[in-house]
This record gives sequence, structure tokens and C-alpha cells, in this order.
Amino acid sequence: MSETNIDIVNKGLGKRYRAEKRFRIYGVCAIAASLIFLAFLFISISSTGYTAFQQTFIRLSVYFDPEILGDTTNREGLASANFPAIVKQSLFKMFPEVQSRGEKKQLASLISSGASYYIRDMLIENPDFVGETIQVWLPADDDVDMLIKGHSDRGLVEAERRLNDRQIDWIQQLEKDGSIEKRFNKIFFTVGDSREPELAGIWGAASGSFFTMVITLLLSFPIGVAAAIYLEEFAKKNRWTDIIEVNINNLAAVPSIVFGLLGLAVFLNFFGMPRSAPLVGGLVMTLMTLPVIIIASRASLKSVPPSIREAALGVGASQMQMVFHHVLPLALPGMLTGAIIGMARALGETAPLLMIGMVAFIVDVPSGFTDPATALPVQIYLWADSPEKGFLEKTSAAIMVLLTFLIAMNALAVILRKKFEKRW
Amino acid sequence: MDANMNPTMLLLTILFLSVMGFVMGKRRSYAVANDAGGVSGLHSRPTYYGSLTALWCAIPALIIFSFWLLFESSIITNLVISSLPDQLQNLPADRLNLIVTDIKNIVNGNIVSADPNPSLVAAAEHYKKLNSLSHASLTVIVITIAIASILVIQRTINPKLRARNHVERVVKYILIACSTIAIFTTIGIVLSVLYEAIRFFKIIPLSGFLTGLEWSPQMAIRADQVGSSGSFGAVPVFVGTMLISAIAMCVAVPIGLMSAIYLSEYANRTFRSIAKPLLEILAGIPTVVYGFFAALTVAPMIRDLGGFFWLDVSSESALAAGLVMGIMIIPFVSSLSDDVINAVPQSLRDGAYALGATKSETIRHVVIPAALPGIVGSVLLAVSRAIGETMIVVMAAGLAANLTINPLKTVTTVTVQIVTLLVGDQEFDSPKTLAAFALGLMLFIVTLILNVIALVVVRKYREQYE
Repeated sequence: MSETNIDIVNKGLGKRYRAEKRFRIYGVCAIAASLIFLAFLFISISSTGYTAFQQTFIRLSVYFDPEILGDTTNREGLASANFPAIVKQSLFKMFPEVQSRGEKKQLASLISSGASYYIRDMLIENPDFVGETIQVWLPADDDVDMLIKGHSDRGLVEAERRLNDRQIDWIQQLEKDGSIEKRFNKIFFTVGDSREPELAGIWGAASGSFFTMVITLLLSFPIGVAAAIYLEEFAKKNRWTDIIEVNINNLAAVPSIVFGLLGLAVFLNFFGMPRSAPLVGGLVMTLMTLPVIIIASRASLKSVPPSIREAALGVGASQMQMVFHHVLPLALPGMLTGAIIGMARALGETAPLLMIGMVAFIVDVPSGFTDPATALPVQIYLWADSPEKGFLEKTSAAIMVLLTFLIAMNALAVILRKKFEKRW
Repeated sequence: MDANMNPTMLLLTILFLSVMGFVMGKRRSYAVANDAGGVSGLHSRPTYYGSLTALWCAIPALIIFSFWLLFESSIITNLVISSLPDQLQNLPADRLNLIVTDIKNIVNGNIVSADPNPSLVAAAEHYKKLNSLSHASLTVIVITIAIASILVIQRTINPKLRARNHVERVVKYILIACSTIAIFTTIGIVLSVLYEAIRFFKIIPLSGFLTGLEWSPQMAIRADQVGSSGSFGAVPVFVGTMLISAIAMCVAVPIGLMSAIYLSEYANRTFRSIAKPLLEILAGIPTVVYGFFAALTVAPMIRDLGGFFWLDVSSESALAAGLVMGIMIIPFVSSLSDDVINAVPQSLRDGAYALGATKSETIRHVVIPAALPGIVGSVLLAVSRAIGETMIVVMAAGLAANLTINPLKTVTTVTVQIVTLLVGDQEFDSPKTLAAFALGLMLFIVTLILNVIALVVVRKYREQYE
């Protein structure tokens, strides 16, 4: 009995089905691998970052000693008043047994060096505090903060710890009194950068990003839409429009750092614009986002059916009227979606901003388009480079804030698309 | 601060004037229409007369405004320099730049390092005076022009004026101007990078740059400083870039391609609608986040893992940067391949099924070969993205230019070098700074070639099935 063809096929069938199954599993594994990585990334960042939204504060009874402060009724007096001494004095009063100079210094280092500014601001707001004792919660030093949050190990040998045994004793005493607690970290959301982790915030970087994005949106959206309208509705197919198209497609794929080089050479060196300014950042980002917006806007214009155009022309509209009165309103939601996605990408972009100097250490919150500023992703980069342990959680927290913005923007784009998308 | 507010206020004033112009033009057209027997006697709708006035009010004013601001600061700086005492003017260019910075600091009320030189203070005063003079004259000129154009147009409005055609022509020119910005951007990139790169190649010959095996750009800025003279052989940098990109592609291509195949051929609608956006989140995460993740989590993990196998892994290994970069690129490969796989006609698949092929056999022997050009194009685009990626390598890869292809060692890339050479103090005469532009030129050329090839390949492929 000789083997028939069908037998040969049947014999191989099991093997082939197994290969089929394996192939399918490869596919599932590939998707699973990317999703697992995504989950891993989010979990790893939020687990290091969530603690930054709380901060350790120490309660002190601050006595506004008129002798130390001197005359605080005018500006010069306030500027020269010795607020750090006030903070130290109230701390020493809590631990009267501390006498030696060295120990006093160690004790004083438990409170953030920025605490005196809070005392000063309090006094400016309430000038009649002089001579009174007030209960105040002041930010603790970042080493204390790390210890309370459990990021530094209390069980280590003293030499390997940032805080020595005495300091930990004091902290435990404060804990027993309920004079040390974690509170919502308002500082993080309201101030600019600082060298001290416990005094650093993202508000300065967020404002810088905001100003940059305003310029980007104001320039790139109108220009991008106008370019798309010309190319899609008016331009004849010829060499010139071909060149423009090839250019746009190429610019969309040019590495972002090259745009930074352009900004440095043209805007800063040739035109002499200010360094580190959101204005220049916005211009560079505009050039970067333009291709994205143009491509999205063209796709959106293409999806408007020709019947709309013919109907408008048929009732006597000029070509311009046809485009601006009928096609553009129908294409606008799609263009907006593209713009939002382009803006989200620009918001997360770092490299070109490094080139134009938006990477400087800037404490002040920028108040205009030409003030020196950084942006959120640059702030993340700067903090990621800092050696202090306290900046680790700040970096992760800043990433969480940035991702929240990006997710919100993308969600908005999806909602817009769902709501206005028309199938013709 | 006041000087900074001025341009914004002026811009708002121009906009306000042009809105006024719109209203006035429209009114005027109604007025002339009354004599011509109602609105129907006009050539265009009254709105067009308004728009005409508004456009001619805003455009000349805005053009003057933007050119003025673009060139103002360099012109004023030059004027101030030429009014400086001779002994200051004759200083070398870099010292002069420092002095200009000092003057600007005095103007802005910032603290200057040394005690201000009286001539510097005088120059600062001069600068301030010129600045306010310039702002004042700008304001006067722009507002005069805006108002004058409104008045001129007002006078020319008559029922026969073809306002609509006029407005439409102007708008069309504006549209054309907007679409040429892409070309100007490209020209700007090429010129700016090329110009500095040529200056670099005048100091360091091109052949030495392309074939030299040693890269150490740290050179003494002043002649009397101790330090290495710097060597600019870029081969280690190129090799490092290729090594990290290759690692990234080893991760991204298999995973991205398999995901695309699974999503387009096997997955049902629900799974697809969930998994696809999730994959695209990977593309939306800023690269600085990946960089932080690579430096903080992945690199130590790989080092520990290597230590477990008695391997000596550098803490800034090429492997960590490459792995994370690969993951970042997965969605590029997968979404582009997804498109090309979907573009393969169903008839090819049906033919294979009819011959008794299983699904995976159809995919491997029919769909993939048919989609290959498109897949190659998408991989090329992904490679160009990997080469140009900056933040991941800046944060996770090293600075040392080792000529090695061992992924466990530290290597450096083109983008890392550009960032390190240009962040911080710059000297635009030193080859150290110019080298960044030479590297940028290489980067631009290579990515441009890759993109053009990819675009051509993909376009050819699309035409094949359309």
C-alpha cells in the first residue's frame, strides 16, 4: 500500500498546527512584553514618586524676639533681620539639654535652611506678631524628610547614615510629641527650582512650559492650518509643491536636536535673541510641530467629501469662500486633534531646549516670554542629574505631573475625535 | 521689564487697530452703498470692505514690527560696541562678548561679578537710551502706518472697488507664505549647521574627522592653559551610535513586527481596540522619562545581573540605553508595519488559504514577502529615529568615546556629544563648540538619507497595490 498525497499532508498536519500555535504565541508574547514594560515603567515611577507629594514638617513654637529681629517696620529692617536665628532659638528651646556648639549645629540642621523665609513671610503678612509666640509648622531638612518617609535606612551603621544617632534621637523625640508629621507638599507646586530638595518645586518649570506652549500654539496652529489649506485646496501639482511636500515629510523625521542647533545658530547667534527665554523655545518648538500639524490638517481636509465643495461652488461661492465657509469648519475638529497631539509632543520635548539654554538653574518663576526659564521635561533632566537623594522622588513626581498633562491632552484629542468624527 | 512689556502691548494695539479698521471699513461701505442704492449696489459684501481695511492695517505694521524686533538687539549691540572706548573695542572677540554680557547685565539690573567699570556703566546707559529710543520710534512708526493705511483704504472704498477679489488674493498669498515656511526651515537648518561645520573643517580636516580613531574634544580654551590639545576623530562616536541603535533595533524590530502581525491578522476587534492605544502610549511618553528610567532602574538592574554571571558591566552600558531605546521605538515599527500589512490585498491571503496553508504559513510566506518593502521602509524610519534620539542616551549612556562593540561597555553617541559640547559655556571660535555642528551636520545628512530612502520605498510599495 503506497502512501497517498493526503496521507503525507495528514502526517505533517500536527507539526504545522504546532507551528501555527507557536507563531500565535510569539505574537501574544510581543504585545505582552511591551505592555509589561509599560506597566513596569509606570509602577516604578509612581512608586518612587508618590511620596514627594507629601513633605515632612516640624512644629516649632516660634518666638518673634524683638531683640533679635530689630526694627521690622520698614523694608531694610526686614531684609537685615536675623530670621535664621529666630528659627534656631525656638529649636534650642525645645531641646534645652543641647549645649555644645557642635550639637547645636547638628540640631539646627534638622530644619530646612529655607524655613527662615517662611518666618519672614509670616511676619510681613502679620506685622503684629513681633514679641509673640506662634506655633508654626516648618519644612524639615531633606535628610529628615527621607528618614521619615523611610527612604533612608535607620538600621545602617552611623557612619553610613546622613543623620547621626543624636539627630535620630531628637527626631524620635519629636515624633513622640507629635511635632513632626507629613503634610501635603504645597511647596512642590508653588515655587521654582532650588538647590535644596525640600524647597524645590515645579511651578517655575511649569510656567516656563506654559509660556513656551503659548507661543508654539499661537504660531504653529494658524501657520500649519494655512499651509495645509494651500497645499490641499489651492496648490497645483507641480515641482514647487512637490518640493514643499518632500520638505514637510522630511522635517517631520529630522531629529529634534537638529532643531535645537538651528535655534542656537539662527535665533540666538544671528538674531541675538535672549538665551533661556520661552520665546525662543516656542519658536523652535513651532518649527518642530509645524510638520505634524500640517500633515494632520491635510488628512483632515482630505476627509471632507468633494460633494461639499461642489455644492458650495455650485451656488456661486468663490473658491476661497468654499474653503473658509464650508470645508474648513468641517475639517477643524480633525485639525484640532492633530494640533493637540503635536502640542503634547512639544510639551515632552527636551533636547532642543537644552541647545538654546533653557537648562540653566533658575529659581525665579518666569513672568513673561523673555524671562529666563526652564521647562518641565528640562527640570526632570536637571533633577535626575542631582546627586541628592531627595531629588529622586521629586524627579519621579515631576514625571508624574508631566505624564498627567500629556495623558489629559491625548485624552482630549481622543474625545474630540470621537465626538466630531464624521463618516461621510 | 517695561521694555519687555512694550512689544506685547504694541502687538495688542496693532490687533485692536485692525479690528477698528474692520468696523470702520464696513461702516464706510454701508455709507457709500446708500448713495449707490443699497448694499446690492456694492461689488462685494460689506464684510469684505471691512476685511480689506483690517488686512491692510495689520500686514505692513506686523511686518515692520517683526523685522524691527528681529534685528533690533544686534543693531543696538553693535552701536554700543562702536561707542565703547578704543582700548575696549580692540579686545579679542571673546573678551568683547564678555563685556557686552556685562553691559546687558547692568542694563537688566543684575549683579555683575566685578566692580562695574565706569565706561561700562556709561555704555549701559547708552544701551538703555538706544533701547527705549528704538521702542519709542517703533511704536510711533507702527501706529502711524496702521492708522494711515486705515485712512487711505477708507478713501478708496467705493461701490466699484473689487474688495472680495482683493481680499482673496491677499489671503492666498498669506497661505502660500505659510506653506513655504517648511522650505525656509530646511534651508535654515542646512545653512546654519553647514556654516559652522565648514568653519570646523577649516581647522580640523574632514578626512581626519571621518577616519580618526580618537575623540577627546576637551581642549584648552586659552593658550596658556594646561590641557590636552583635543582630538577630533569621530569614528568612536559613530560606532557608539551604531552600536546603541543596533541594540535598539534588535529589541524593536522583532517585538514591533510580531505585535503588528498579531494585531492585524489574529486579534479580534476588542483586543485590537485596547492593545493598540496602549502600545501607542509608549510612543507618547517623553524621552526624558525613558532616560530617567534607563539610568535609574534598567542600568543598575543590568549591572547586577551581569555581576551575577561574573561579567563586568559598566553602569552606563550601551545595553541599558539600547534596550530602553528599543522599547521606545516598538510603537513606530508596529504602527507603520501594521499599515503596510493591512495594505496587502486580501486576495493574496485567500489564494494561500485556498491552497491549504495555515494562517501562520500564509503570513510568513505570502503576507510578509508582499509587505517587505513597506516593512523595510518602516524599519529605516525607526533607525533614523534611533540615531537621532537624544535624551535616553544623554542620561543613560556615557561620555567616554570608547571604540568598542561590546554592549556591556560604555560608549558615547553623536547626540550625547552635541549636548555635552553645547550645554554650558560656548566659544564660537573654538573647534570644541564647532565640532558639535559638524556632528549635527553628519546627523542631519544620515537621517535625511534614511528618511528619503524610506519614503521612496514606502511610496513605491503603496503604488504597487493601489
